[in-house]
Amino acid sequence: MAVKGKIVVDTEKCKGCQVCIPVCPTEVIEMSSMVNGKGYHFMEQVRENCTGCTNCAVVCPDGVITVYRVKV
Amino acid sequence: MKELRLMKGNEAMAEAAIRCGADGYFGYPITPQSEVLEYLMAEQPWKRTGMVVLQAESEVASINMLYGGASTGKKVLTSSSSPGISLMQEGISYLAGAELPCVVINVVRGGPGLGDIQPSQSDYFQATKGGGHGDYHLYVIAPSSVQESSDFVKKAFEVAFKYRIPAMVLSDGAIGQMMEKVELFEQMPRRTDEEVIAECGSWATTGKTPDREHNVITSLDLIPERLEEHNHKLQAKYKEIEENEVIYEEILCDDADYVIVAYGTSARISQKTVQLAREKGYKLGLMRPITLWPFPKAKIAEYGETKKGILVVEMSEGQMVEDVRLNINGKIPVEFYGRSGGMIPTPDEVLTAFEKHFM
Amino acid sequence: MEIIKSENLVYKKTSAMTDKELSYCPGCGHGTAHRITMEVLEEMGAIQDTIGVAPVGCSVLAYEFMNIDMQEAAHGRAPALATAIKRLWPSKYVFTYQGDGDLAAIGTAETIHACNRGENIVIIFINNGIYGMTGGQMAPTTLPNMKSSTSPYGRDEAMMGHPLKITELIANLPGVHFVTRQAVHKPGHVRKAKKAIKKAFEQSYAKKGLCFVEIVSNCNSGWKMTPNDANQWMEDNMFPYYPLGDIKVDGQLVK
Repeated sequence: MAVKGKIVVDTEKCKGCQVCIPVCPTEVIEMSSMVNGKGYHFMEQVRENCTGCTNCAVVCPDGVITVYRVKV
Repeated sequence: MKELRLMKGNEAMAEAAIRCGADGYFGYPITPQSEVLEYLMAEQPWKRTGMVVLQAESEVASINMLYGGASTGKKVLTSSSSPGISLMQEGISYLAGAELPCVVINVVRGGPGLGDIQPSQSDYFQATKGGGHGDYHLYVIAPSSVQESSDFVKKAFEVAFKYRIPAMVLSDGAIGQMMEKVELFEQMPRRTDEEVIAECGSWATTGKTPDREHNVITSLDLIPERLEEHNHKLQAKYKEIEENEVIYEEILCDDADYVIVAYGTSARISQKTVQLAREKGYKLGLMRPITLWPFPKAKIAEYGETKKGILVVEMSEGQMVEDVRLNINGKIPVEFYGRSGGMIPTPDEVLTAFEKHFM
Repeated sequence: MEIIKSENLVYKKTSAMTDKELSYCPGCGHGTAHRITMEVLEEMGAIQDTIGVAPVGCSVLAYEFMNIDMQEAAHGRAPALATAIKRLWPSKYVFTYQGDGDLAAIGTAETIHACNRGENIVIIFINNGIYGMTGGQMAPTTLPNMKSSTSPYGRDEAMMGHPLKITELIANLPGVHFVTRQAVHKPGHVRKAKKAIKKAFEQSYAKKGLCFVEIVSNCNSGWKMTPNDANQWMEDNMFPYYPLGDIKVDGQLVK
């Protein structure tokens, strides 16, 4: 019984610090080539195999990541 | 039923704090005012009213304990003497900037530096012009007896909470150490937490309940436009206090040609000088500022029109004399007589000085 | 299949943090430390009974981000404010949140004496070995040979003294009940730090004595590194000098 996760990023508040990138166990997040209103490249989910483990949200100093998880 | 006691000035201030319903005292030993803390520790007001008493590790810690306590709306005070009050100046500036009600007692001693432990009045500038940074004022009230030492702690708290301003009781080593008869006012109930929240909950940090935004007590504002606006707000408050809270006393001034202006211990001595002068036929009176800030400007200015001369007497090298000159504005001569370093003038010295300048 | 539905929510920023954008540099540990502190207070249902004291330093504006009643202390004096608040309001949770310059330089006396009196408060101490707000000067916890704007050739211990292990110092004071050193740069560390902060609030509220949580953190601007490089540098250099883990538990020094 697998779980499936998804994250929502407040891209305007992300400061592009990248602290979340190395902590994602399934490597589904990367820095976008786009920038937000402050000129920071923001983080985004680029692959589907997110497990909703909340690692990225937990280390985010600005609390910009909201995580959802559902059993499938 | 009157409650009369023979007490030291310092003890009377401590007892007055308890009877004001103060919530907390935070202080540090320094001669000549250690009796305030000693009295409170012996009296154990936490058993009488629940009042907290704590000896801090320094005057710097004391004034910051005051800042913490005052931010929550509780009635808090500290006491110290000149060098200790200098250590408190930063905290006092914060208290003024954050508009926090509290009482700071300064039992002034000889200075500058470590100075000595005898009485003095050489902290007038520090008290009334602001010894800390920024444009601010304290309400400053100066007792000249043990009775007033008790009454003025109560008065200081009233004004502090009425205007949300730190109030200073400016005593000196003589008044703090002398024993006199004092009539103690009745115990005022100490407010419950709910009463504190009811009275101060709109601004104080009493715990953010869901029904309101969080309260923040700070003197920081990195936006200059806002900080200037805040300064204007403080100045408006000071103007209101100047208009409503000036207190002074006149003795034999009505028919006087000359007036001695003196406060605290200097006023007590000058009162004897006035008596001696009257015996010699000189029409001399005494005007005693009780609130040093707000300063009795109008009354002093009036003397500029109605009197021939003023002698200012202080236990310092001359500080209040500047405010007197400012308000006399050159209309009549303002002379000064003072002793410093903890020396106390005698009535005869003051009389001799008066005669030298004016007779 | 729509995952983003409220019933599937597993993590979102706590409402105990305001919506104000944090003033901290990208990747700075302050933001994380703020967040887990507020998450703990929210989970304990303590928001309306908490009074916080902010320091002077990078986290001087903590009260802009922490959605609780807070006071701004003069530099180094937060433990004195907290002492008075707790004694005047014993039913409140009272904590200070301070940096290394605030707590271990100008505020050393206030720190030691609040600890020595065993005040029932929590001290959250962010140690990033530098004065961040003022532009990266040397702090009491700056490491030997570590560069800063006031030790541009590296901290010379002969001239500038040794890094101050204030946490180990105060752990020896009887009034101190729980002392731990944590970090917030990796998920595992964050979760452990959060548990430690919760324990600190619970035990100090239970009048067991002062509870002291040091969080070794990074300073990307001051150390002049990217956040991830700084976190690596922290592991390689700060952790050996400031080892993580509990230092005092239930009033006993951990052997």
